[in-house]
Amino acid sequence: MTATRTELVPFDAALETYDPAMGLEVHVELNTASKMFCGCSTVFGAEPNTQVCPTCLGLPGALPVVNGKAVESAIRIGLALNCSIAPWSRFARKNYFYPDMPKNFQTSQYDEPIAYDGWTEVTVETDEGPRVFRIDIERAHMEEDTGKSLHVGGSTGRIHGADHSLVDYNRAGIPLIEVVTKPILGAGKYAPLVARAYVASLRELVKALDVSDARMEQGSMRCDVNLSLAPSGSDVLGTRSETKNVNSLRSVERAVRYEVERHAGILDAGQKVVQETRHWHEDTGVTTSGREKSDAEDYRYFPEPDLVPVAPSDAWVEELRATLPEPPAERRARLQAEWGYSDLEMRDVVGAGAIDLIEATISAGATPTAARKWWLGDLARRANDTATPIDELGVTPTQVAEVQALVDAKRINDKLARQVFDGLVAGEGTPEEIVAARGLEVVSDDGALAAAVDRAIEANPDVADKIRDGKVAAAGALIGAVMKDMRGQADAGRVRELIIEKLS
Amino acid sequence: MSDGISRADVAHLANLARIDLSDAELDRLTPELTVILESVAQVAAIASADVPPTSHAVPLSNVFREDVVTPGLTPEQALAGAPAVEQQRFAVPRILGEDA
Ligand SMILES: [Zn+2]
Repeated sequence: MTATRTELVPFDAALETYDPAMGLEVHVELNTASKMFCGCSTVFGAEPNTQVCPTCLGLPGALPVVNGKAVESAIRIGLALNCSIAPWSRFARKNYFYPDMPKNFQTSQYDEPIAYDGWTEVTVETDEGPRVFRIDIERAHMEEDTGKSLHVGGSTGRIHGADHSLVDYNRAGIPLIEVVTKPILGAGKYAPLVARAYVASLRELVKALDVSDARMEQGSMRCDVNLSLAPSGSDVLGTRSETKNVNSLRSVERAVRYEVERHAGILDAGQKVVQETRHWHEDTGVTTSGREKSDAEDYRYFPEPDLVPVAPSDAWVEELRATLPEPPAERRARLQAEWGYSDLEMRDVVGAGAIDLIEATISAGATPTAARKWWLGDLARRANDTATPIDELGVTPTQVAEVQALVDAKRINDKLARQVFDGLVAGEGTPEEIVAARGLEVVSDDGALAAAVDRAIEANPDVADKIRDGKVAAAGALIGAVMKDMRGQADAGRVRELIIEKLS
Repeated sequence: MSDGISRADVAHLANLARIDLSDAELDRLTPELTVILESVAQVAAIASADVPPTSHAVPLSNVFREDVVTPGLTPEQALAGAPAVEQQRFAVPRILGEDA
């Protein structure tokens, strides 16, 4: 039936012979309070079958009504992806008989999606520096999520041996937007990175629009990766595989890579790629065969008679367009220019997920340099060491600005500031309170400092002689001794001044 | 469409719709469906480009509900008609090749 198993071809070797073409289908669960066609709650993690009603259970006589907020979110996503918005758009029934939809059909859209023909851009780091790839969007359509099946009675995981399924319909009917790209061609060896960057940018976009939590680990954003290979230079697309439910950014990258290697192995062996659904295995990093395309894929779509068409007026669409936030890539470019960061610095800031935090710290009064120093230095290290998201450390942008203000006022130094952050993480109060409670304030009493300087000079006569001879650089050793004597609670600049005064 | 529908087409559709048809039923339904399709074809012949296709009996659009949570069923009510229940879920035969 299917081709015999062939060896994988290493990624780089595969790229010498073939060009990959990708298609990405991303499902975004909207963050509406209620479901797409009924008033059931959408809260994640509730007890099974507690968020259901006759409509989402498909009971006879129940009539669906469209959630207006979900349509609004769909249009805003479409606009943010530079799509045209259909002036007339209908829902359709996608008929199939899996128990994850109790109605025996999923309400979706077929030939009249709400949004179509868009594009977006992603930037990927290449051997020649950052390069922009344009991703064309085929469509973004509205549909409803399915229930969740739990397979029981089996001994070897979710496919083999399970003898029945247990279904929870809490998720059935939650609004989904499916965003489908046109074939992404010409990415070559950067295909895995482009796929990852696209999904990351889509996630950033729906978060900026505030239409979805886009938590891939909770399944509120899911990606299907379609991939095919064609001989280099050919303009004919090869047979594609469809890898379902690739649910992290890293997995998107790995799944593309793996499928390139697998397809190349099949083609090199002179065999044919089977058009089929494949499952992604996060733990082993491989895909395995799901089902072949068959009659079961003949969904017999037809217009949903129970729902009236959606016909957004130009005025409504323009009203929604006016609510779009600044596109994330433009915002990054604007902030980078405003803050005067280098490309490398900005990339680190984005990578650390600190862009919003730094922006807030700067509006609370810190300089861009100081804001970056704390968030990418001490605070990023704490987040990393404790595996805590940087925005959940317990340190707010306002507090960081306050700490920096204390440094600027020379009441604490950078080293003492770290102890203030210790206190903030431990919930000991405001920076002022922590400085007071921990006794962190630097000694500004010149008498005490002068005494410490005298002690340091006495203990290091040879260093003192060098400074007297004009070798000012040697002062560092004395500053170090004084700081140690003062247990770090001194302003190093003032100590230096005192040393020079005394020895010149 | 005017060519009617073949016996194989009817068998295929029945299979997709999970309807088990006997040979006798296929023999009877194939000509009946052909007559129905021919009748529809007459309507299609009258419709011209200036008549938009109709999918709804009422000329309405943009009927929306507010995004407000309303009470649904209790799990007991929801599961009352289930063929079998396990762990507060609907227990059903597993379908081969089904996604999680
Ligand atoms: Zn419901």
